[in-house]
Amino acid sequence: MLYSDKVMDHFNNPRNVGVIEDADGVGEVGNPVCGDVMKITIKLDDAERIGDIKFQTLGCGAAIATSSIVTEMAKGMTLEEAVAISKQQVADELGGLPPAKMHCSVLATDGLKVAVDDYLVKQGRDPIAGPIKSEDPNFDPHADEDAPHDAAEACDL
Amino acid sequence: MADGQGREVYLDYAATTPVDQRVVEAMLPFFTERFGNPNSLYGLGRDGYRAMEDAREQFAAAIGASTPAEVVFTGCGTEADNAAVLGIAEVGKARGKGSHIVVSAFEHHAVLEPVKRLGKQGFDVTVLDPREDGIVYAEDLAGVVRDDTVLVTVMHGNNEIGTVQPLKELAEVAHGVGAYMHTDAIQTLGKIEWDAAELGVDAASFSAHKIYGPKGVGALYLKRATPFEPLLIGGGQESKKRSGTQNVAGIVGFTKALELMIAERPTEAPRLAALRDRVIDGVLAMPNSLLNGGRDVARLPHIANLVLKGVEGESMLLQLDNKGISVSTGSACSSGSLEPSHVLLSIGCPPEIAHGSLRVTVGRFTTAEDVEYFLDTLPGIVERLRAMSPVYAKMFGSGA
Repeated sequence: MLYSDKVMDHFNNPRNVGVIEDADGVGEVGNPVCGDVMKITIKLDDAERIGDIKFQTLGCGAAIATSSIVTEMAKGMTLEEAVAISKQQVADELGGLPPAKMHCSVLATDGLKVAVDDYLVKQGRDPIAGPIKSEDPNFDPHADEDAPHDAAEACDL
Repeated sequence: MADGQGREVYLDYAATTPVDQRVVEAMLPFFTERFGNPNSLYGLGRDGYRAMEDAREQFAAAIGASTPAEVVFTGCGTEADNAAVLGIAEVGKARGKGSHIVVSAFEHHAVLEPVKRLGKQGFDVTVLDPREDGIVYAEDLAGVVRDDTVLVTVMHGNNEIGTVQPLKELAEVAHGVGAYMHTDAIQTLGKIEWDAAELGVDAASFSAHKIYGPKGVGALYLKRATPFEPLLIGGGQESKKRSGTQNVAGIVGFTKALELMIAERPTEAPRLAALRDRVIDGVLAMPNSLLNGGRDVARLPHIANLVLKGVEGESMLLQLDNKGISVSTGSACSSGSLEPSHVLLSIGCPPEIAHGSLRVTVGRFTTAEDVEYFLDTLPGIVERLRAMSPVYAKMFGSGA
């Protein structure tokens, strides 16, 4: 398994690390049992675009790199544009991800979606991203069907 | 890849080892001048045959086999594990021994996968957990063996945590119900004393590349009269136990490597154990760290498995790699699966802890300076990753 140069760049020099203390929206996804947890905080500008965005991530190289790149991609976007970022776009932006690491880009896009919905709900408005961890028929993290599941079931994004 | 400082520190000797120059020299003639097929009748073939059989004799004596014929050279350690598990269980069952297998939960996949296959083919499999100290106890084995148990397979020295099992006692329990005892001794060969007669096992697997020999050669100790069906069939080499033209250079190199391990062990084993203990003490001095497996149980001299809580192992591994340091981890993300190491889970290490594991293994070319460089480098990496975590302070307090 090899990471692209861009994944390694974002892993070694992650952008937008931290927490916005007076954030408008907060999204925390993942689970320490699965080995990855991501928290995204967003601050909106007057045009309700993402003016500032920061992340904290516990996870592997891909989890950190996908978190970092998604914050770069989302900056300046409208809420609708931000929730529309797909895991494939994240992976493509990084120059590809190993198949076993695709779930990391789901984590990153989910974190952003939760943060956006958190803002909207706090405003008394309807969420636009809806429930996360939607099933993707094309993604099977259990490539080896004999692999022991149990804890992994809960980690299946 | 180092970050330009050029320092390269290899601390993954349990994964593989460089071939010792003395081993290379012993092997070289067999690639060129002495290239004969050891199964050919003319002089060049007889020369290869004699070199191979001399090696077998020396190897057999070194592991306490009663005759050289009990040593079967294979293409790797995995092949030796596969051949032993499949070959003994199937023939044992056919001879009326029953179809129950006991396997420890922290075996290498080279043992677990063939056992799993046998389970699908109708064998009844009991998976025996080690205790939290990383040891498979004879009394626990005694609780699960049955009259119809045909095979017990328990790894000798665990490749991830380094704990050494009481093989002699385990074999006595297996033999008490008429079962055959196999052990994956790939990490132990040469590192600690290994005597087949003393340990009383029926089969054992070995590999050359863990002891400064070449990759691509392993061996299976198969005690005389142990039921066995070969995995590879064809020309009937290795007394029909493993067909295929023998890797004469590899066999000569493996045997030379084992000879060097044993000759140097009186000084090398304590030297490695001291380096290992320095690694353990140095990491345990860091906040929120722990050692996997009991500290005071029987241990291999070269393996330490530690946890830095609240850090994901692959991130640590990659950051250490940036500094020229090679180690391995039991985190899920390093294996391409979603679960952390089955070895760590088997000793009761919770997944959220196992994700932060780091296996550090020292070897022949490891110096005290290498270990200090590792111990100097690790804390900054761990602090940085913990600072980036959204849950570290919440889960483990403020100690960085």
